[in-house]
Amino acid sequence: MARSPVAIIAPRWPGGASAALVLLLTFGTLAAVAWQAEWVGGLSTGDWAAVRFTLVQAFVSAAVSVVLAVPVARALARRQFRGRGILITLLGAPFILPVIVAVIALLAVFGRNGVLNDVMVWIGLPRVTIYGFHGVVLAHVFLNLPLATRLLLQGWLSIPAERFRLAATLNADVRRLLEWPMLRATAPNAFLVIFVICLTSFATALILGGGPRATTVELAIYQALRFDFDLGRAALLACVQFGLCAAATVLVWRIAARAEMGAGLDRVVQRWDRAPLALDAIAIALCAGFLIVPLGMIVLRGAPHVADLTAPVWWAAGRSLLVASASACLCVCMALSLALWGGRVAAFVGVLPLAASSLVVGTGLFLIVYPFVRPAEVALPVTALTNATLALPFALHSIAPSVAAIQDDFGRLAMSLNMRRWTWVRLVVLPRMRRPLGFAAGLAAALSMGDLGVITLFAGNAQETLPLAMYRLMGAYQMDQAAAAALLLLALSLLLFWICDRGGRVGAEM
Amino acid sequence: MSKATCLPAVAGLALCATGAMAQDSVLQVLTYDSFVSEWGPGPQIEAAFEERCNCDLQFVGAGDGAALLARLQLEGPQTDADIVLGLDTNLTTAARDTELFAPHGVKADLSLPIAWDDNEFLPFDWGYFAFVGNAGDDAPTSLQALADSDVSIVIQDPRSSTPGLGLLMWVKTAYGDDAAGIWEGLADNVVTVTPGWSEAYGLFLDGEADAVLSYTTSPAYHVIAEEDDSKVAWAFDEGHYMQVEVAGKLAGTDQPELADEFMNFIVSEGFQRVIPTTNWMYPAVTPEVGLPEAFGDLITPSEALLLPPTEAAELRSSALDEWRAALSQ
Repeated sequence: MARSPVAIIAPRWPGGASAALVLLLTFGTLAAVAWQAEWVGGLSTGDWAAVRFTLVQAFVSAAVSVVLAVPVARALARRQFRGRGILITLLGAPFILPVIVAVIALLAVFGRNGVLNDVMVWIGLPRVTIYGFHGVVLAHVFLNLPLATRLLLQGWLSIPAERFRLAATLNADVRRLLEWPMLRATAPNAFLVIFVICLTSFATALILGGGPRATTVELAIYQALRFDFDLGRAALLACVQFGLCAAATVLVWRIAARAEMGAGLDRVVQRWDRAPLALDAIAIALCAGFLIVPLGMIVLRGAPHVADLTAPVWWAAGRSLLVASASACLCVCMALSLALWGGRVAAFVGVLPLAASSLVVGTGLFLIVYPFVRPAEVALPVTALTNATLALPFALHSIAPSVAAIQDDFGRLAMSLNMRRWTWVRLVVLPRMRRPLGFAAGLAAALSMGDLGVITLFAGNAQETLPLAMYRLMGAYQMDQAAAAALLLLALSLLLFWICDRGGRVGAEM
Repeated sequence: MSKATCLPAVAGLALCATGAMAQDSVLQVLTYDSFVSEWGPGPQIEAAFEERCNCDLQFVGAGDGAALLARLQLEGPQTDADIVLGLDTNLTTAARDTELFAPHGVKADLSLPIAWDDNEFLPFDWGYFAFVGNAGDDAPTSLQALADSDVSIVIQDPRSSTPGLGLLMWVKTAYGDDAAGIWEGLADNVVTVTPGWSEAYGLFLDGEADAVLSYTTSPAYHVIAEEDDSKVAWAFDEGHYMQVEVAGKLAGTDQPELADEFMNFIVSEGFQRVIPTTNWMYPAVTPEVGLPEAFGDLITPSEALLLPPTEAAELRSSALDEWRAALSQ
């Protein structure tokens, strides 16, 4: 993402402030942990085995997710059908679920006692087991295929209608001329995001991996922080995680091409290339089934018990909505300011939070905050701030390409008009960015709804959020209520996502 | 759209977060999450103690037992907590090493199946670890028999969960140098390993495994709260490893008298009566009202196993390596 010569038009200081905040929450918290550490020895052989496993599973999970997302995103991009909008919203669901809910949903379908095995037994085939390396990949694909699809879909939608029109006039091959260059630009970035998300996986990998074979770096960090109280080892492991992320980022930047699609007049895309309908239908149906059946299990299990939910759980839901809204607002502001700032620094800062271990971030923040205030008193603001930062990479991913394109397409015109900085943002950038901004806000809000990171360390009883309440219900044998809370969480996350995403699409034919 | 537009929202959040105001004197008890939840012992105990102390008893939940100790270590000597409640004997050595605890000075007639002599940590409840399965299934009668069988189990990771660590110590205490062999035998029984108790128990209830590592008292929950007698704990010939949950008074407390009053309250009727049907463990002192009827039907292990805290702390690292090596194959 080389800095465009016209990037200087936009105001710079908000981007700098956002970058500083991200650096504080990632490297600053890491430094706070390392500062308190008593250094006793380095990493063990077990830790290095965890690094190897983490890398392999993240690579395979990301590759499978992106490869499977290509046909699905293409089908969604070139077909119009009833329920397409709802399907696209639902595609966001697995990604924003708290891990334990997603795992339970997957096991209800693929587990020993799941729907799949019931069907296998019914047609006389042997039972299959989900636990193992393939289980880890399956779960990560379930969680990330929708994200990959959305990122690629954004790529498809960014090709101006005029290009398709031109290609049709010339009777040219759309795949080679438009779609392949677009994929060269978007697919490596989608791979990177998912690879780094999978790097920090912990409970999913352990539960579906079937045991200590599936030990990830994040689990090793958890052990170091919670059981051994070995802050030095936790800090070292967090450095390893950052190192892996940095290496992957640099590698992807070398591979990824930049798409030069040029400016369009925001016409509705019409396609003249006729692809077989069956292939697209199969891609969409398989993907929808894979994602929606497990979600359906959450609904089935939770629905009968929603009426039993007690007042504290509803209060927790209210608090979660508040935190999610604040987090979404903050996240979009940060992402927009970083995108306007542009350049490699902004791009790197935008990937950084993905590689941060939320355990280290939480512990570091606790150490920073503790001498001054009681953690419970700042639990909700700190959670909103951290969630906004952790969601930043996704928001930036959705916003940055549009900002870059707007600068390329309209920057010269604005400069020739001697447009002032804020006028440029207000008149040119914001109106053209409704769709990615809405998507980014929705994603940030929903991610924040499901987050169970920093809050666990900061919250007292009066600051309980919905995921924390759900987890505490499970810990008190209240599995039915926990299932209902999970359903509530799923519904509220999707609702927030839908409202923001819809808001961004008002008046636009997506 | 500048960042300034977000400030009112964040400020509003900050206002919401600072709600509760103190009455006269405040006693802060750091404990694990499930103790504080509305289903746990916390609310009833708070009411009972506040009735007699004319103070504000505040429970602060901090994850599970291990997270509780980490939280205390993070806060260090300047902690606001006066009492820490919920550590177990696998953690007391590390807790003692922080030098943050003061002698409790409580004399009580404890009803533990073992002798207890610790002047810093006072037991408030205890239980036996056990595998819990479905009534009517063929139940193995020992760890060895379980390892030889093809019964499927879910266990917790000893690196992140106190019950998981309990099982590690159970196998080590019962089999010593042969523990690795038992783990190799158990490897094909273990469906999966979860980060904590909740996930494992949830998987078992969903039918992902024939049994789960929990407590001998777990079936009592299902009988009393759900009138369901389909869950049973399996009695094993080697004896059962114990979990003794303890509380300690912090040396740096600014409410020493109130803290002492609470430590004495822990072994009294008002506290102990609440434990069986909220924490689903055995009370450290059997209350005058006795145990709930369903507790009478629970299995009674032939032998209570428990390593002294220092030995448990020394053995942990090598036992973990054995466990990881056996289950990673």
